[in-house]
Amino acid sequence: MLGALPGPLALATPHLSWNVVADVREMFRYPFMVNAFRAGTAVAVLSAVVGWFMVLRRQAFVGHTLAIVGFPGAAAAAWLGAPPALGYFAACLLCALVIAALSGRGAGGDDRGEPAVIGLAQAAALATGYLFISLYHGNLEGTNALLFGSFLGVTTGQVVALTVVAVVCVAAVATIGRPLMFASVDPGTALARGIPVAALGVGFLLLLGAAAAGASQITGSLLVFALLVLPPATARRFTLRPGLGIVLAVVLGLAVTWAGLTLAYYTTYPIGFWVTSLAFGLYVVVHAVHAVAHRGRHRPQPERAP
Amino acid sequence: MILALAPLAGVGHFLGQEFTRNAALAGGAIAVAAGMVGYFLVVRAQVFTGDALGHAAFTGALAALAAGLDVHVGLFAGTILVALLLGALGPRGRADDVVIGSVFAWLLGLGVLFLSLYTTSSSTGDSRAGITVLFGSIFGLSDHATVLAVLTCLGVVLVLTGLARPLLFASFDEAVASARGVPVRLLGTALLVLVAVTAAEAAPAVGALQLLGLLTGPAATALLITRRPFRALALSGGVALVEVWLGLGLAYAVPSLPPTFAIMAVIVAGYGAARVADRAGRRVEV
Repeated sequence: MLGALPGPLALATPHLSWNVVADVREMFRYPFMVNAFRAGTAVAVLSAVVGWFMVLRRQAFVGHTLAIVGFPGAAAAAWLGAPPALGYFAACLLCALVIAALSGRGAGGDDRGEPAVIGLAQAAALATGYLFISLYHGNLEGTNALLFGSFLGVTTGQVVALTVVAVVCVAAVATIGRPLMFASVDPGTALARGIPVAALGVGFLLLLGAAAAGASQITGSLLVFALLVLPPATARRFTLRPGLGIVLAVVLGLAVTWAGLTLAYYTTYPIGFWVTSLAFGLYVVVHAVHAVAHRGRHRPQPERAP
Repeated sequence: MILALAPLAGVGHFLGQEFTRNAALAGGAIAVAAGMVGYFLVVRAQVFTGDALGHAAFTGALAALAAGLDVHVGLFAGTILVALLLGALGPRGRADDVVIGSVFAWLLGLGVLFLSLYTTSSSTGDSRAGITVLFGSIFGLSDHATVLAVLTCLGVVLVLTGLARPLLFASFDEAVASARGVPVRLLGTALLVLVAVTAAEAAPAVGALQLLGLLTGPAATALLITRRPFRALALSGGVALVEVWLGLGLAYAVPSLPPTFAIMAVIVAGYGAARVADRAGRRVEV
């Protein structure tokens, strides 16, 4: 909704003073901002944890597709009068299962499937979402919110739901983390050691679907990537160690989300712009610093199959 | 409905109106170009890059609108810049998927910024602009836009046909091609620029987001039918053309269907049919 509105409160335009405590207190006077921060926190933690494994497994394209599929889900929910959160989760988890079924045969850890098919599925999902929107004859501001996010209407029920999903998913990642790590890095050896590589792949796709659906509700379907890819990719520049890397990704994700929400509150620009720009800015700065610092030591990157 | 009752009369009716004639002409040209460049994206496993260029089209168009320029300037500038950037970032003209994902997450964020600038600051601003660029409006093309689309796509097809042989060599056996002195990297970047030009033309018609379906669907279908490179390349263009025209006809016959949805539905159906036929054919062979 914010996409087109001049600001959350046109009557009393909030402005930043230099007193940070007063600024934060002023922002938190509004229940909707408190809810937005709670929901944003849950989503940022979930996205960073799941996203770290996604980047490790090189499943960025699948993650993007799962996020996109949330859009027709939410649009269909709006058309049928159901809560959009339900639509997001149903569509994303269903799509995760479909992708797993289509590409699941190869137990070699290659869950990327046929990219062409994924691309086609993505475009078809978007077109279907647009069909639902036009059937619904809904307002276009609503479409913008589904695609690009909005932190205005986050209800307490939504916050509870997002928190529960985040806790369950993070607990699941903590449980399967070690074998998942092994299966992602060296699927052949993992399989030989009796680790259920294919089952872990499907499980991870479901986690990715849940994370994408959760994040969609804050950043919109199109901008999930900002939270799913950028903080983990930035963290991996600092350390490749799993525990430390995941913690760092969570910290970066939280920083970006909180700063984005604050800036969106105090300026007229949309949340999607702030979150993506902050996350991308961090990513570029860290890479640039790394490139300058390591210019002397040329270390060829291992070649990957395209 | 008209089509179902009397196909010929329906087609005549369809071509008798200016907006549908423009849609058929521009849509056909875009389809052939997208089908052919899409074939290369699929065989080179660069689908994600094509996706990023569609997003660049969205951001470029809205930047132009926000700055008060012609949409086409923004479309072409946005997609070609991103194509060159992605070509420069990746090894051998192919960017890593995390790099692509990072770049396009930010591109979309910028697009949202331009959308909000456009809708809030300019008096002519219209919040439908973003939706139109994202989802396309093929029945709303002007004569001028149609001529431009046909000429640009013709150019893309001609250049691609000229480059087809070395590009196929570079795509299927990069190391050998490189050793034989084929400029692999330059060809990779040239392909991205061709995709960029196609994306810029296709975005206002079929939408920046569904462009990906037009790039990958017909190519994946053609690859199921034949594995021979040149045949598959031509077939991909042909399949795309037929599918877009069928989709347009469907949208015209059933007005409640958005045209882009109809086109995507036909592409998905075409791929599904090819897949079923492929499986049946294999069973017969075995």
